[in-house]
Amino acid sequence: MEVTGKLLTMVLAILLFVAVVGLILFIAGKVEHRRGNRVAYVFLFPSLVMLAVGLLYPAARTIYQSFFDAAGKAFIGLDNYQTIFTSSDQLLVLRNTVLWVVVTPFVATAVGLLYAILVDGARAEALSKALIFLPMAISMVAASIIWKFVYAFRPDQPGIKQIGLLNQVVVWLGGTPQQWTLNAPLNTFFLIIVMIWIQAGFAMTLLSAAIKAIPDDIIEAARLDGVNAFGMFRFVTLPSIRPSVIVVLTTIGIGTLKVFDIVRTMTGGNFDTNVIAYEFYRQTFNASNQGLGAALAVLLFILVIPIVVYNIRQLRASEAR
Amino acid sequence: MSATLPPIEVTPEQRATLAGSTTARAAANAKKRLTSPLASVIAVLLAVLWTIPTFGLLITSFRPEKAIKTTGWWTFFSDPQFTFDNYSSAMNSSGTTGMGTAFINSIIITIPSVVIPICLASLAAYAFAWIDFKGRDFLFVLVFALQIVPLQVTLLPLLTLYVKAHLAGTFWTIWLSHSAFALPLAIFILHNFMKEIPRELIEAARMDGAGHVKIFFQVMLPLLTPALAAFGIFQFLWVWNDLLVALTFAGGGKVQPITVALANLSGTRDTAWHLLSAGAFISIIVPVAVFISLQRYFVRGLLAGGLKG
Repeated sequence: MEVTGKLLTMVLAILLFVAVVGLILFIAGKVEHRRGNRVAYVFLFPSLVMLAVGLLYPAARTIYQSFFDAAGKAFIGLDNYQTIFTSSDQLLVLRNTVLWVVVTPFVATAVGLLYAILVDGARAEALSKALIFLPMAISMVAASIIWKFVYAFRPDQPGIKQIGLLNQVVVWLGGTPQQWTLNAPLNTFFLIIVMIWIQAGFAMTLLSAAIKAIPDDIIEAARLDGVNAFGMFRFVTLPSIRPSVIVVLTTIGIGTLKVFDIVRTMTGGNFDTNVIAYEFYRQTFNASNQGLGAALAVLLFILVIPIVVYNIRQLRASEAR
Repeated sequence: MSATLPPIEVTPEQRATLAGSTTARAAANAKKRLTSPLASVIAVLLAVLWTIPTFGLLITSFRPEKAIKTTGWWTFFSDPQFTFDNYSSAMNSSGTTGMGTAFINSIIITIPSVVIPICLASLAAYAFAWIDFKGRDFLFVLVFALQIVPLQVTLLPLLTLYVKAHLAGTFWTIWLSHSAFALPLAIFILHNFMKEIPRELIEAARMDGAGHVKIFFQVMLPLLTPALAAFGIFQFLWVWNDLLVALTFAGGGKVQPITVALANLSGTRDTAWHLLSAGAFISIIVPVAVFISLQRYFVRGLLAGGLKG
């Protein structure tokens, strides 16, 4: 396809959807005098159709598929789920996913919170924040490449210099260069660092806004009481921003559960670094095991639900207060 | 001491209430207590840690291939060798790894994937926010809940649908998928913003005999610009940076975006640092430019509860 051809298709696609909106509004204008509030369904129609075809049907279909064998032909009940929880390969995938979800949200939130407090009111606050926040604008693929280069390894021989910063630092400190992304189980942590690097800025932004929303008279009152910096954090800042902390933790947790770009780009899921979200992709599209792939996707869905429910309950509780 | 006080960042509203009052000074004092030298050192350390990995790769992308493979990027400062060759070979490299084609594909994928859901979601959000109809609460909760469906759950059945509809391998698969996936969040964000518009404004328009269509166009849309911008940036970054959807529907094809091209290059030519570093920066330029210029709206969208993962 030529560039002009592609551009033309793009313009056509946009025009088509603008026309759909025009048509909907035209019909709505005709209908609303006769049917009153039922005009709402006209407004909702295109979105609901898209959601039904693009999300609801495929999700239901995948849940159904998860009870079938590799080819999607024979019904095998819960066998796929049993495989996930018994085969040693799959158990490793589960273990890694647990590591990701336990470590990433807490470390990213802690770094984000620390940084938000440190630069709050400091000189050049906007610039300092942008430095931490910027990785969020970068794709996880690009982020992975950036970190692959930090972790780059050259064999420790005379005349050979390190090109990766981390190994160079190790050499400067008198150590031996390591293959950071090859040696399990430590390599999973080196992959997790990439996710923390991306997510800390998100945590910092939300928590910084929450900190700025703390009324000044509370801070002043605490100060008059002679509270020191740590006491200020422990008794004023932290309780005030607790709901935001929970939102940040859960949001990063959900994002981490679904992360697969980093694992795929950095190790391809090899060297015992695989996680559910990437194992799903491998089983479905590379290993042609539709049933197991579907079961992994459903498991991902099931794992997200309690995190979201907890988040909503906490929000409700803080609103009721 | 007061001369060395760091300036406090306050919003115009806060500044208005604080102006001339002694609370401003008190708050500044309270903040100063947290700004000890140790705190500054930690802050600078974190900022450096966060910036150096990107900076290192940026320097690398301008070094000659041979230099990249034999010495660290930090030697650039003692022995500066500068070239644009990496960028031109990354843009022009043949086959499906050509970043130039992939870059254009990314643009063509992203624009409709932002415009389409905005068009459809603003209609739906209006209905949820300002029309009282039967089943509204149920439908709204349903749409809200759909935000948590992981994309993974939808991919294979969608691919099957696209193959049946003869859309496989075209941009349509990616446009439609991204649009459908974006709708729950888009409707949610736009609904929240629309709800904040004063009821009197709508009622006044209705008194003047304006129907929903007229209100939507003449009252809502002009007031909605910040919300549309907030969601637009979210969706832009999300689509531009996406790998999963693109890999599933456009992987290996002629419509693959730059993330897929880059991921493939990373997998097949692990040591081609000159191509990887330049390619990574070609892919980063657009989202970072969008992000920096429209940061305010992005943060506002974040704070409005628009969270996507």
